[in-house]
Amino acid sequence: MSTLFFVLGFPLLGGAVLALVGHRPYARDINVAFSLGTFVAACVLTAEIIADGPILVWHDQFFIDPLNVFMVTLTAFVGMTTAIFSRPYMRIEQDHGKMTPPRMRLYHSMYQLFSFTMLLGFTTNNLGILWVAMEAATLSTVLLVSVYRTAASLEAAWKYFILCGVGIAQALFGTVLLYMAAEKVLGPHGATLLWTNLDAIKGQLDPSIITLAFAFLLIGYGTKVGMVPLHSWLPDAHAEGPTPVSAVLSGLLLNVAMYALLRCKVLTDGALQNQLAGQLMMGFGLLSVVVATFFISRQKDVKRMFSYSSIEHMGLITFAFGMGGPVANFAGLLHMTVHSLIKSAIFFAVGHATQKAGTQVMSEIRGLIKVNPTIGWGLILGVMAILGMPPFGVFASEFLILTTAMREQPWAAPFLFVSLGVAFASMMIRVLPMVFGETTLKPLAHPPALVPVFVHLGLGLVLGLYIPPYLNAWYVEAARMLGG
Amino acid sequence: MIKLAPQLINLFATLILMLSFAMISQRRVVSLINLFTIQGAALVAASVLLGYVTNQPDLYVSAALTLVLKVVFIPWMLHRVIRKLNVRWDVDTLINIPTTMLVGIALVIFSFSLALPISRLSTSMAGGSLGIALACVLLAFLMMITRSKAVPQVIGFLSMENGLIFAATTVTNGMPMIVEFGIALDVLVGVLILGVFMFQIREKFDSLDIHNLETLKED
Amino acid sequence: MSWLGLLSQLMAIVMALVMAPLLSGWVNQWRARLQNKSAPGLLQPYRVLHKLFNKESVLAEHASALFRMVPYIVFGCMLLASAIIPTLSTDLPLSPAADAIALVGLFALARVFISLAAMDVGTAFGSLGARREMLVGFLAEPALLMVLFCASMISRSTSLTTIVETLAHRELAIYPSLLVAGVAFAMVSLAENARVPVDNPDTHLELTMIHEAMILEYSGRHLALLEWAASLKLFAYSCIGLALFFPWGVAEANAPLALLLALPVLIIKLAIGGVFLALIETLSAKMRIFRVPEFLGTAFLLAVIGLLVNILLGVG
Repeated sequence: MSTLFFVLGFPLLGGAVLALVGHRPYARDINVAFSLGTFVAACVLTAEIIADGPILVWHDQFFIDPLNVFMVTLTAFVGMTTAIFSRPYMRIEQDHGKMTPPRMRLYHSMYQLFSFTMLLGFTTNNLGILWVAMEAATLSTVLLVSVYRTAASLEAAWKYFILCGVGIAQALFGTVLLYMAAEKVLGPHGATLLWTNLDAIKGQLDPSIITLAFAFLLIGYGTKVGMVPLHSWLPDAHAEGPTPVSAVLSGLLLNVAMYALLRCKVLTDGALQNQLAGQLMMGFGLLSVVVATFFISRQKDVKRMFSYSSIEHMGLITFAFGMGGPVANFAGLLHMTVHSLIKSAIFFAVGHATQKAGTQVMSEIRGLIKVNPTIGWGLILGVMAILGMPPFGVFASEFLILTTAMREQPWAAPFLFVSLGVAFASMMIRVLPMVFGETTLKPLAHPPALVPVFVHLGLGLVLGLYIPPYLNAWYVEAARMLGG
Repeated sequence: MIKLAPQLINLFATLILMLSFAMISQRRVVSLINLFTIQGAALVAASVLLGYVTNQPDLYVSAALTLVLKVVFIPWMLHRVIRKLNVRWDVDTLINIPTTMLVGIALVIFSFSLALPISRLSTSMAGGSLGIALACVLLAFLMMITRSKAVPQVIGFLSMENGLIFAATTVTNGMPMIVEFGIALDVLVGVLILGVFMFQIREKFDSLDIHNLETLKED
Repeated sequence: MSWLGLLSQLMAIVMALVMAPLLSGWVNQWRARLQNKSAPGLLQPYRVLHKLFNKESVLAEHASALFRMVPYIVFGCMLLASAIIPTLSTDLPLSPAADAIALVGLFALARVFISLAAMDVGTAFGSLGARREMLVGFLAEPALLMVLFCASMISRSTSLTTIVETLAHRELAIYPSLLVAGVAFAMVSLAENARVPVDNPDTHLELTMIHEAMILEYSGRHLALLEWAASLKLFAYSCIGLALFFPWGVAEANAPLALLLALPVLIIKLAIGGVFLALIETLSAKMRIFRVPEFLGTAFLLAVIGLLVNILLGVG
């Protein structure tokens, strides 16, 4: 239908346009405009799905159902607010001399193309195209991570490319195996890789092939989710690029990978009729939470610390989906949503803070609340939100996950409690001095864009207190679809 | 000829495996690129043969894509990059070559044992090559993690893609066309980005030694 | 034991004796030509043998009886090896003994004795050569065994005649593992026959010689026998290679006319093989001694891969 065409077309067009004019002063506004257009189209699409139910578009190649339509809107929304945030932020970066005109062009056009690849990944029905979109999303951000050309950023981008490339190649092998299993039932043609077709016949897929396929898909997409032990690219990549890039990588790309994994998990559960997929996800999720917490307690760089926090939260989400069942799935979806909102808000605040201080080392940033109260408050509220303080949304989802774990997987609950507690303590110890305390910082030349920060935090707060009925219905419907 | 087709395809598969193994025991970068080119050519030959025997023109297109990309364009680009960056002949390895080869054999045994029950279930005539394709992928992966220079890591990455395309071709008579195009596009863009990268790295560090890129560690 | 079989066995032995030096001469000629030098003449090895047989054999004062016996032992081993490889016909009276493992054992026997003889006189060069020879042999033997096992898997028997019969007289089938085994076998035979890139047969420099170092103390008829044994070894290896990878043209039992055809076919195949050997020798540089284990290790692992491919593809 034409709405999907707009949802995908706007970012693609934006990428092309900004490749030409991305270095002009008005390019930042064009960036925001395209993102706004994408968001509006996504809202319209969501309204249509709420009214009419799941749809198949353009020869069944695209499939919009309750699971991905809200992810599409979330992605478009965060993409828009990040574009708004990046207006003054990149202007300051340019004034500091860290960004030259060619790099601005690259930055803006890749930003839009990145949105395109993510939305393509969410909406495609073809598992092969899903893989292509994931790989393309990685490629479009690789050059962005290294855009500052420092030694550390080159290293981060190289590791990002190689490790994610290797990981995602395993996912391709998994997709090939999946196709092999599907071909025996559906025959060898393009429709065999469509998820809707596979979902219909998933009970007939050969279990041994699917087991091997899921192992490879878990390794492949798990690398992109930041699952331990395949996570070593994540802290570097999220910490070294420009802050808007960190925000979208942490907030959005991890969700796309999680979504891909979930689609594959549904097929695997249907084919295997046992708990293998769920157990694997639970194990790796728990491992991610524990290991990430350990690393958080040793961090000195603020963005790296928050990247490890992303690994921890994605581990928690993986654990939740691994447990399965209506409550855990609901919690997982809710957590994905609020994590995106709040993590990107934190990165916005951190971005301005590091810009002011000129450094990312936490011990050198002090007294933000005195210099710029909005940044200070934004940061402290954001950190409290992400650490699971009520009444923010993260508290609600973590509460649901932990209670379900205590009920169904009691062996894991102590690990989760301890890890979350340790993470709370470590982050607070580091952030409190940053926000309060004496300072010698000077105010920024341009007023920072902090509206996005508080909008996100506000949404996170709202979701913690009250979930609108259609959103609730979506979560329930998607949770039911995920089964388990 | 048709009768011999499965055996010929297995022959190509074995050739690809042998080339992957030869790549991990190579010392010189130029011969690495040449081996990679030959591997691409063997892949093209296998696709063409399979397409001819099973009457699927899709495989011809896939073979043409591989030919243009992996036999012509990418080796040319790699040779150019090497000339411009003045890469030295010798390749440093993290573990010495005999150990690498032993680990390679272990990986080959592992992938064969993994693939044996599954290859019996394949509908394609060359189902036995699944194990070989998986072995090629794992050997390329080994090459990537035991080399400390940028160019061999890139070649390892591309060789891994070769193995994956080979798996797709022989086990399932090729993936759907649109997916193949998408994959080829990804590979192309990836290589271009890598090319740009290597210049950036070289500019920063005056060398393509990956050891320069290991400063971001946990303290 | 048919008279035809006896005849083919005798023919094989005589032919080996006569043709081995010719093969060496052919390879030397081509090597010289490819390197733009003037060739020494095809019959030169015969002249060398003739000269050596007519010279007096000088022995060191401390040489034991072993030192005198070893040339005969080595010559006997090589001749026996050439006799049991099915070069002309698969109907050989000695074929029950023509086992692949026995063949490797024969080569090992010869290697042990020549190393002992090299150390017998107590010179520095002798021990040097013996140690290096043992290093090469230690790694080359398993590789050769693996190659032979690869072929044995296909024919389900380690008997050489059965292998040749299976590969030559069955309908045409392409065994991918033989490709890998072939490369491995080529590497092993380069090492075992003391050819570049493992050892230079022309050199007498301490840094580089392996085989030459061991026979440095010999002269006269002993040296003649050892030189002849070396060419017989090359001949035997070439014939093994032909039997495993290009077995067409070998006569079956009860086919006297095929026997007549087998001889020219063998000569042509050996000639082509000789040119290839000269080509490989010209195009490679001799590798340093400590790289030889790597080289042979690669050969061994390639042969193992051949075996694994056999298992994977369900052959044998």
